[in-house]
Amino acid sequence: MALEVASLTAGYGPVTVLHGVDFRAEPGQVTCIMGRNGVGKSTLLNCLMGLVPATSGTVMLDGTPLHSLPPHEVPRRGMAYVPQGRRLFGPLTVAENLAVGDLVKGHAAARLDRILTLFPRLRERLTQTASTLSGGEQQMLAIARALCLEPKVLLLDEPTEGLQPSMIALIQAAVLTLRAEGTTIVLVEQRVDAVLKMADRVAFMVAGRIETTLPVAGLAPDAPAFRTYVGV
Amino acid sequence: MSATAKVWALHLALLAALYAAQFLLPPYYATNLARIMVLAVFAIGYNLAFGYTGLLSLGHALFFAAGMYGMGLPGYLLEWTALPSLITGLVAGGAVAAAVGLLALRTTGVSFMIVTLMFAQAGYLTILYLAPYTGGDEGFVIEAAGRSIAGLDLALDGHRYTFALLLFAVALLICLSLVRSRFGRTMVAMRENEDRSRMLGYNPFTIKLTALTISGLYAGASGAAYAILFGYVGASFATIQYSILPMLYVLLGGAGTVIGPFLGAALMFTLIEATSGLTSAYLFLVGAALVALVLFAPKGILGTIRERWVRWLP
Repeated sequence: MALEVASLTAGYGPVTVLHGVDFRAEPGQVTCIMGRNGVGKSTLLNCLMGLVPATSGTVMLDGTPLHSLPPHEVPRRGMAYVPQGRRLFGPLTVAENLAVGDLVKGHAAARLDRILTLFPRLRERLTQTASTLSGGEQQMLAIARALCLEPKVLLLDEPTEGLQPSMIALIQAAVLTLRAEGTTIVLVEQRVDAVLKMADRVAFMVAGRIETTLPVAGLAPDAPAFRTYVGV
Repeated sequence: MSATAKVWALHLALLAALYAAQFLLPPYYATNLARIMVLAVFAIGYNLAFGYTGLLSLGHALFFAAGMYGMGLPGYLLEWTALPSLITGLVAGGAVAAAVGLLALRTTGVSFMIVTLMFAQAGYLTILYLAPYTGGDEGFVIEAAGRSIAGLDLALDGHRYTFALLLFAVALLICLSLVRSRFGRTMVAMRENEDRSRMLGYNPFTIKLTALTISGLYAGASGAAYAILFGYVGASFATIQYSILPMLYVLLGGAGTVIGPFLGAALMFTLIEATSGLTSAYLFLVGAALVALVLFAPKGILGTIRERWVRWLP
């Protein structure tokens, strides 16, 4: 499913953060949003989910408008979100966290099995309380819980942030598997090496706007675009 | 033994112990225990809203009073028999909670607390204002004829205890099933992170309204039972004290634990009973005990036990 964002404007109170964002996430591709701190990347994802209300513009998922829906309706239309910082339900076990994610689609053993195949480490931790998991395992659980919604579009906000290399590799492998299965992914990421491994296209964001979108195939780790828009 | 088996065994053992207690305790203490069980039902309901869903309400006295007057007034004014009056009380608690929730749940946090407090105060003043019907500050006594259900005279100690235990058992086991159900986990999810729950497709307003209504049903059942078991309906049960008491029971026993509210009610009741015989400043001693609790076991007694030793405790 394609996600199309047109002239999206949003902010917090009197402060406008997004100044007419336009971009398109192609079906079955990973579109990465990059930019310096404070340009509005996380606000954009929050706005796509309705958590930050749009003041103007449109968000369309395969022709269905999402921008006018209440936030809890957005996941029901096929878009799931894994926010920065994971935000798990700490006192609940891994299994219970996944069960909470089952609401929209109802419980399905086959789906749960598929998710646990993607993250075998979680299968070993089903009865463990989420707050006691390692950072990488918590990130896996956050993604797994979002996958319970069987999303057509998955939004990931810095999924590898603060993780050790072995965990980063597992998360990247999972993202690539989801892409191969046809899930459209919008990824906010700061690490160039991770972007080059996972993404198909990179949308560079500057001051609340998408400045340019480039295919990853033509980008080297030291490409000028990374220096210009991300500062690395 | 699996964790589920342990959970059920623990709760059934508690009920068995309470059943046996009526044969072991002198009548005075058995009556007190019946009172504790009825108040524990109130606290279990409060815990569903506060401990599991994160709704810090100061309006539960209104739901308790709705149950109490919902049970007492039909008999007092219309000469209804006990059973339909009791059901009316139960429904009144849930209905008032739902009505309050429809408005109050548009707010969150401290605002929610204040709005619910205002509703409760308005309810209390309404009871006083409608004194010709409600008995005002003095309340009214429920006649013996209105306290008998299916041949069970609830004015008698033994029958009263049995009824209180039955009510408590039903309330406890429903609560246990509820918090272990999908909806129970959803309530916890709402408490932990409302925005995240919304991102999983839940409508927070619906979940919180449902939880508050169930909580109101518990408060209504408790208020109605209190009226029929102890034969008195009065405005003092609609004061803020009856909004704070269940909160203290829950905090003392352990918010978000199933047995905690009962434990908290029992300890608080006993503490007040013991200290009020020693000094007229007994609330000072109760306060000191609560300060000690906050310092050394901020998650309440069972909350601390669960955190440190018994992880499977629901």
